[in-house]
Amino acid sequence: MKDSFVKAQYPAIFSKRAGLSGLIFFIFLFPLIDRNPYHIDIFVTAGIFILLALGLNVIVGYAGILNLGYAALFAVGAYAYAFANLNLHLPFWPGLAVSAAAAALAGMLFAFPALRLSGDYLAIVTLGAGEIVRIALNNLDAITGGPNGLLGIEHPRLGFLNYDFGVRSEPYYYLVYALVFAAAFLLKRLESSPLGRAWVAMREDELAASCMGVNLVWAKLWAFAIGGFVAGIAGCVFASKQGTVSPDSFDFVVSVMVLAMIVLGGLGNIWGAVLGAFVLSLLPEFLRGADVYRMLFFGLAMILMMLLRPQGILGEVRHREEFQKASGDNA
Amino acid sequence: MSFIFLQQIINGLTIGMIYALIALGYTMVYGIAQLINFAHGEIFMVGAYLGLVGYSLLKLLFPAGGHGPLWVAGVFIFVMPCTAFLGVLIERFAYRPLRNAPRLAPLITAIGISFLLQNVVMLIFGPSDKSFPAILTVKNYPLGRAAVTNLQLFIACVSIALMFGLHFFVKKTRTGKAMRALADDREAASLVGINTDRVMSWAFLIGSALAGAGGVMFGMYYNTINFHDGYLAGLKAFTAAVLGGIGNIPGAMFGGLLIGILEGLGAGYISSSWKNVFAFHVLILILLLRPSGLLGARVVKKA
Repeated sequence: MKDSFVKAQYPAIFSKRAGLSGLIFFIFLFPLIDRNPYHIDIFVTAGIFILLALGLNVIVGYAGILNLGYAALFAVGAYAYAFANLNLHLPFWPGLAVSAAAAALAGMLFAFPALRLSGDYLAIVTLGAGEIVRIALNNLDAITGGPNGLLGIEHPRLGFLNYDFGVRSEPYYYLVYALVFAAAFLLKRLESSPLGRAWVAMREDELAASCMGVNLVWAKLWAFAIGGFVAGIAGCVFASKQGTVSPDSFDFVVSVMVLAMIVLGGLGNIWGAVLGAFVLSLLPEFLRGADVYRMLFFGLAMILMMLLRPQGILGEVRHREEFQKASGDNA
Repeated sequence: MSFIFLQQIINGLTIGMIYALIALGYTMVYGIAQLINFAHGEIFMVGAYLGLVGYSLLKLLFPAGGHGPLWVAGVFIFVMPCTAFLGVLIERFAYRPLRNAPRLAPLITAIGISFLLQNVVMLIFGPSDKSFPAILTVKNYPLGRAAVTNLQLFIACVSIALMFGLHFFVKKTRTGKAMRALADDREAASLVGINTDRVMSWAFLIGSALAGAGGVMFGMYYNTINFHDGYLAGLKAFTAAVLGGIGNIPGAMFGGLLIGILEGLGAGYISSSWKNVFAFHVLILILLLRPSGLLGARVVKKA
């Protein structure tokens, strides 16, 4: 009802479909207009963060499980491709599947404590598990190369065109944004599937959901598996673009930043996750002029944005209603 | 073999005392506001740097001397009110406006505050390690083949005194009673006329003062401080608070000591680069067996 009300007010050019087509068109054209590889690189990094935000949004936004160790799943994806490529000479495209599968499995392992714990206890366990993965990568020198990481990972190639992605920026740009659109589309579909509705029911009230026949074990396992799957894809792209992986790319700050992105964008909303990731990954670049004060302003900006819009830039409709109705308790 | 064991227990207990002091701040704030104050570790770090500032100020006032118990007292008297004020300020501007916001919103402002404090400290003091002045002359007391230093005894005594002080405050004073009421049921507490904003400020004030004391002792014990120190210490203290059952004050003390001992033993017997993993493994195991912490109340979710 709200939707039709909005549509009646604005001309067709503001419709969702027109907006989306415009966005795709702009993203497609951007590297053709701005040919500065540095700018395109920033957008590639932003794209990887958007993928991560979309994945974490499944766990935190849909299923309502606070996860503070998401970077570990990203790391599993990146290292899975690195191992497969360096030891088995697996090319990028099957590597993408391997990374996604490995991270999904790791996600399900992460989910085991989730079956028994809830709330902040669970959050601290995911945090601990994330730290364990990072420190293990750092210390298992013989396998992971320790703090120096693994070097010489192959860049993606398009075999039939004999085209090597190499160290150029544009091909990664198109690859990442194609993946972002695929992920956003599929997750949007998932939102209204039985599984998606089960997640939301579980998030709002576990007991009521299980009484209505939601299998909590499966719902949690699936949330972590799908969140991990997306993180694995992001990790594989990241590893193949960098050509190296090392443990510092996956520390606690990454988990926290991705979480900040989805909270800032509006939890549970796919476009919110995309927008939040985009804003927080580009903001440090805009603040580059502030020089040494950059991260200081970044912190200030995070505080101000949250104070101005506590529900996120685009809060989910359900969350929004909840927020207006029950402003007394903290749901 | 056994003297390594004893020595590592002593070292672990010392650092565990400091973790316990930080964990108390986490657990008090959590108990009252159900808020994970992620900026708490940075307050601890700022406390260590303020210790440096306080020492330099004292040195300006009294150019002669430079160590001894009076100086230690002077530094503590300078640092604890400063961090307490900082904590109250943070609560007022970053958390209070979000009291009725969705649960994760204050988490993000807390992260923002962390960035802010880290960068302010880095800009003022520089990114490299700072050496912390030796305010106490270190003496060794042999204990079999192991040894305990007067610094370790001092840290233990101060921490225990502060913890007893806190225990007394929470159990015996009016504000302490109000805190317990708030932790039980915030709405009911405000219905009977408790000023929830003021009590919340008190919780931040005390927690931050304790973290500041912890920071100074951390600097005295390790002799170097860095603006990154708050992150890992905060993480471990938070772990300690959860381990003991978050919201539970004796639990936080117990959890801090346990994490410290585990770390000491892990560093002594396995390797010091794995000591952090050791603590987290134990955390996960314990929480899987006792999902609400070692001393946490077993809460029935919904009747």
